[in-house]
Amino acid sequence: MGVEGIGARVARKEDKRFLTGKGRYTDDMVVPGMKYACFVRSPHAHAKIRSIDVSAAKAMPGVIDVLDGKQLQADGIGNLICGWMVHSKDGSPMKMGAWRPLAHETVRYVGDAIAIVVADSSGEARDAAEAVEIDYEELPAVTEALSALEGGAPQLHPEAPGNLIFDWQIGDPEATDRAIASAAHVTEIELVNNRLSPNPMEPRATLGIYDEAEDHYTCYTTSQNPHVARLVMSAFYNVAPENKLRVIAPDVGGGFGSKIYIYPEEIVCLWASRKTGVPVKWTSDRTEAFLTDAHGRDHVSKVKMAFDADNRVIALKVDTVANLGAYMSLFSSAVPTYLYATLLSGQYAIPAIHANVRTVYTNTVPVDAYRGAGRPEATYLLERTMETAARELGVSPAELRRKNFIRTFPYQTPVIMNYDAGDYEASLDAAMQAADWAGFDSRRASAAARGKKRGIGMSCYIEACGIAPSAAVGSLGAGVGLWESAEVRVNAVGTIEVLTGSHSHGQGHETTFAQLVAGRLGVPIDSINIVHGDTDKVQMGMGTYGSRSGAVGMSAVVKALDKVEAKAKKIAAHLMEADEQDIVIENGELKIAGTDKTVPWFQVALAAYTAHNLPVGMEPGLKETAFYDPSNFTFPAGCYIAEVEVDPETGKTEIVQFVAADDFGNIINPMIVEGQVHGGLAQGIGQALLENVHYDPDTGQLLTASFMDYAMPRADDLPSFTLSHQNTPCPGNPLGIKGCGEAGAIGSPPALINAITDAIGHNRLTMPATPMKVWQALQPAL
Amino acid sequence: MTKVTLTVNGRTMSGECEDRMLLVHFIREKLALTGTHVGCDTTQCGACVIHMDGRSVKSCSILAVQANGSAITTIEGLSAQGELHPVQAAFKEHHGLQCGFCTPGMVMTAVDMINRRGGSLTEEVVRSELEGNICRCTGYHNIVKAVLAADAEMAAGRQAAE
Repeated sequence: MGVEGIGARVARKEDKRFLTGKGRYTDDMVVPGMKYACFVRSPHAHAKIRSIDVSAAKAMPGVIDVLDGKQLQADGIGNLICGWMVHSKDGSPMKMGAWRPLAHETVRYVGDAIAIVVADSSGEARDAAEAVEIDYEELPAVTEALSALEGGAPQLHPEAPGNLIFDWQIGDPEATDRAIASAAHVTEIELVNNRLSPNPMEPRATLGIYDEAEDHYTCYTTSQNPHVARLVMSAFYNVAPENKLRVIAPDVGGGFGSKIYIYPEEIVCLWASRKTGVPVKWTSDRTEAFLTDAHGRDHVSKVKMAFDADNRVIALKVDTVANLGAYMSLFSSAVPTYLYATLLSGQYAIPAIHANVRTVYTNTVPVDAYRGAGRPEATYLLERTMETAARELGVSPAELRRKNFIRTFPYQTPVIMNYDAGDYEASLDAAMQAADWAGFDSRRASAAARGKKRGIGMSCYIEACGIAPSAAVGSLGAGVGLWESAEVRVNAVGTIEVLTGSHSHGQGHETTFAQLVAGRLGVPIDSINIVHGDTDKVQMGMGTYGSRSGAVGMSAVVKALDKVEAKAKKIAAHLMEADEQDIVIENGELKIAGTDKTVPWFQVALAAYTAHNLPVGMEPGLKETAFYDPSNFTFPAGCYIAEVEVDPETGKTEIVQFVAADDFGNIINPMIVEGQVHGGLAQGIGQALLENVHYDPDTGQLLTASFMDYAMPRADDLPSFTLSHQNTPCPGNPLGIKGCGEAGAIGSPPALINAITDAIGHNRLTMPATPMKVWQALQPAL
Repeated sequence: MTKVTLTVNGRTMSGECEDRMLLVHFIREKLALTGTHVGCDTTQCGACVIHMDGRSVKSCSILAVQANGSAITTIEGLSAQGELHPVQAAFKEHHGLQCGFCTPGMVMTAVDMINRRGGSLTEEVVRSELEGNICRCTGYHNIVKAVLAADAEMAAGRQAAE
């Protein structure tokens, strides 16, 4: 499709502003009269608030006002909600405890917001926040999910006895138990999926502006989905009706899920702007981000995988306990259920599956979707189990997987999903070849000669992107639809604006969405602008998460383009006195097929707006809107191979090579897709080797609350990656796209841990596999 | 309040600030140069790297008053009007940025790295030199490629000039 169309490695249109310091992030925004906010936060993991005294703080220099939760509640601002209803297996609804934007009765995690200070400078706001006097009655705290379920554990919410939010199941328990009872071999394993902090490099920020004359609010915010933020703040938090609330998510410095949710700070800054009469800006510092951004993962699971005598998987039984933190975040209930257990068939034909999931309150920050969201947990569970089974059965891990692959599509799993297309063997073969799997034994021998323990491991992942259709997710409990919108506005001179409900915070939509239009119309990519992130410009949208922007967002653009092209063809046919069926669009011209008669694109656009010579009855203008609701999820899949060398003296793991072979369906811009995989791999490798959120189990204090305590992957922790694609187009959307944003984070942790356990010769290892843990694992068992 | 005067990107600029104000906040809030970013509170992430008297520094670990009288280059001053510096151009060509937030610090670090060790960079050296700059988007793969490409291009440029 040419140098700027679909499939081309087009350099990004947005890069220049980022490279020259001209990006516009929320904290860069300055408006006249703007003041700075600092939140007073709980230093305790669990406590009752006896009293709050703001008088000393109010008298501090520069302080405009100090506001607390009683005032917020008196003004009718609502509690935070979870937008996805999940029912327990006994039919009862999930137990949602009250989450006040500013707590005034009970605090339930370190960092729970209590009051907001507004002052002339951020330093003065911070000083005054320290002068707010709060009398706490400390309560015992619990931070781990299994502990929270024990009798006698501290209780977080009166609505949720025993801290149990829901006890949910999927699949057929009887059929699964029967198959396990009849199995030739059963592999059993217990697995912990470690808790992570998303840590986009831009900390969250918000600027709330209340315009008294218009009774109108503007909210600048670091959001992946500004329209959802406006909807939720209007419909549930009573901040303002939608027509009185504009939400703008300008340049956003990464999200990875953590910027999907509407947090207390956006709500409180908007409200505080009305109370104080000044615009109020809050910018999180990094420690605040660790304390208050939704965390990810945190599962504990027991697994049984049953095989027949021919090494075919005949059943999988999973019992998972998921820690959801102190309150139910916006989509928290969906992550360990519909985004997790529905993927437990993996790439394998497993006739019987049963998963039971209990979700639990603890005195920790809420847990919600983080890059992959449920699918990394499912993949880690399946791929560590599959590897363990291969070792127990004494067969090659590749051949055990190969034997169990799903090979015919569509394939209905026992856990809701209907896989539409894939070729799992192609990715397995490509990855093994790229990694020179066959030559591993000699590499292991030469490493051994150098005193190093070398290991190799693989992971075959599947994931589900572009959650849809809306009616289906609605029937599963989603409070929103998961379609996307697009508007294609052709200007009178032929340049084009595409308004999308997707939101780019690193994904490069300004380039890829423009490539789609440039390819379709044959107009220069520089004549196309992508507009997103502002509820006053784009009518409605669902935002960017779950690798949905290509499959769903761009499909909406296709639908709108179809309508624009149809009208343009009618106009061209009229101008050239031809039949509209004979008009084709090529290279920026509308042409009568098989002739040299053409009319340039800009001339058709001009004709649409001058309206001097349009077909009879045609409305002037050239602008179309579309909403696209997919017919199914998409199912990216692939095979990752990690090869490591462990130094037995130090326990340090070096990644010698990392190979990723992915099926993403059709690809718009390979350069951007590769970048998405690199970033996902880094986050997955971070989970496997480095990252872990650690709360002190007795006090509930977060011990990993800075980059000095939480090990982010750095350049010298990672290798360069070897990538390839084995794409099968997705039949479910017009572009054949599957999505690529999360695969790296989903597929890589088990590949690495399988490689390290291969190197150390046994399976007793948890993530992150730090040098200390690996060294300990190499010592003789006491 | 103390008056601080700096030469920033070749221009003399002044502002009043509290003694406790960090240089990065002075640059962002008093000079309105918002290309320099704050990504952590502990001098770990490198989003705030600038050049001060020709050396790269983390502007979050120095007080504005300490910088009084110095010559500062920020990301906004790295390239001539309209032109990208070879490091900026290499980041674009090799997709060394995604969300853009760490990018100004990465670029300023890379320029300093090439100034000090240009012509002798290897993947291992670049990865080690980038240890003080955290990126959450790219997995560093393309950043490393971009720095090596810029180094090669600038070395070729120096050779051609000789």
